Amino acid sequence: MSTLLINISLVSFMLVIALMITFSHRLFAIIVMSGAYSLISAAMFVNLDAVDVAFTEAAVGAGFSTVLFLAAMAWLPAEEKRDKALVILPLIVCFAAGSLLMWAVAYLPALGDPSSVVHQHVAPRYLAESYDKLHIPNVVTTVLASYRGFDTLGETIVVFTAGLGVLLILTGKTGRVQNDKANNDIRDEDE
Amino acid sequence: MKNNPILRVVTKTLFAPIILYGLYVQFHGDFGPGGGFQAGVIIAAAFILYGMVFSLEELKQLAPPKIVHALMAMGALIYTGVGVATFLLGAEFLNYDVLAKYPAKGQHYGILIVEFGVGLTVASTILGLFMAFAGFDIPKNKKPTKRSPSVKAKTSIKKRA
Repeated sequence: MSTLLINISLVSFMLVIALMITFSHRLFAIIVMSGAYSLISAAMFVNLDAVDVAFTEAAVGAGFSTVLFLAAMAWLPAEEKRDKALVILPLIVCFAAGSLLMWAVAYLPALGDPSSVVHQHVAPRYLAESYDKLHIPNVVTTVLASYRGFDTLGETIVVFTAGLGVLLILTGKTGRVQNDKANNDIRDEDE
Repeated sequence: MKNNPILRVVTKTLFAPIILYGLYVQFHGDFGPGGGFQAGVIIAAAFILYGMVFSLEELKQLAPPKIVHALMAMGALIYTGVGVATFLLGAEFLNYDVLAKYPAKGQHYGILIVEFGVGLTVASTILGLFMAFAGFDIPKNKKPTKRSPSVKAKTSIKKRA
């Protein structure tokens, strides 16, 4: 019962913040409110017993992306450009997609239902044998690093390559000079 | 923010405990919630806090960008290295059983090392991204030439900022 009350209050907080973001035009306020939104969803993950996801959401969603948005905001005007024309097509698309999602929610298995399809494939084997085999109490870690070690290697490589790409775009000084030179050369040839 | 005594004192007091908590999340991931991804962002958050309250220059002295960029690759290399090591020891890629005398022990070592690699890559990538974003500046020292089409865009952005 208390979980339900907490969930209801968290969801209504999130709804209020989402509406405030929609109707606000000041970028700074929007960024700070999206940080608050992430923080509340982190609280929601704690309520769902997913503490590690909550860590990540609080640190990345509420902390790091807010900082990045603020850094990017230094290059933008403080106010959103106001567009007075009513946009009908996006409104229709939003309502259609939203109602489709609401309709699909009814067909989801109940939260934590052990007999739902996703918990029938390999999960029972992991739960039954991982402690006897590996002597590690946290099944999430054994699945992440051992059973699915190859996937996690891929995730790490993705993090690395994504960071590398952004760093090259933002700080690739030699590359920029060379590119400009190359572009100029190409333009010279064109002329 | 450097001149605000409250922020300075709080940051200096919290810096070490945040990193300690990150290390706890990193190496206690076998027993409680956590692991490399979470620990990485927590440790990076400590450095980002330092950089925000003091300055980017002081953060760069604390964590030189060259080292941070090298650590990005180092983490991924450690992870792949474990895979190659198991490969050379005669098992499948990333089968940690062969890393120690007993399979369970080998799995322990393997998971610990692999998670360390993940934490290293995540922490240094986030820190590197923060430093790149915070230090991003449109280059001024380049001589504007007639041909360069980007000069107009640059000045207009500067005016707005």
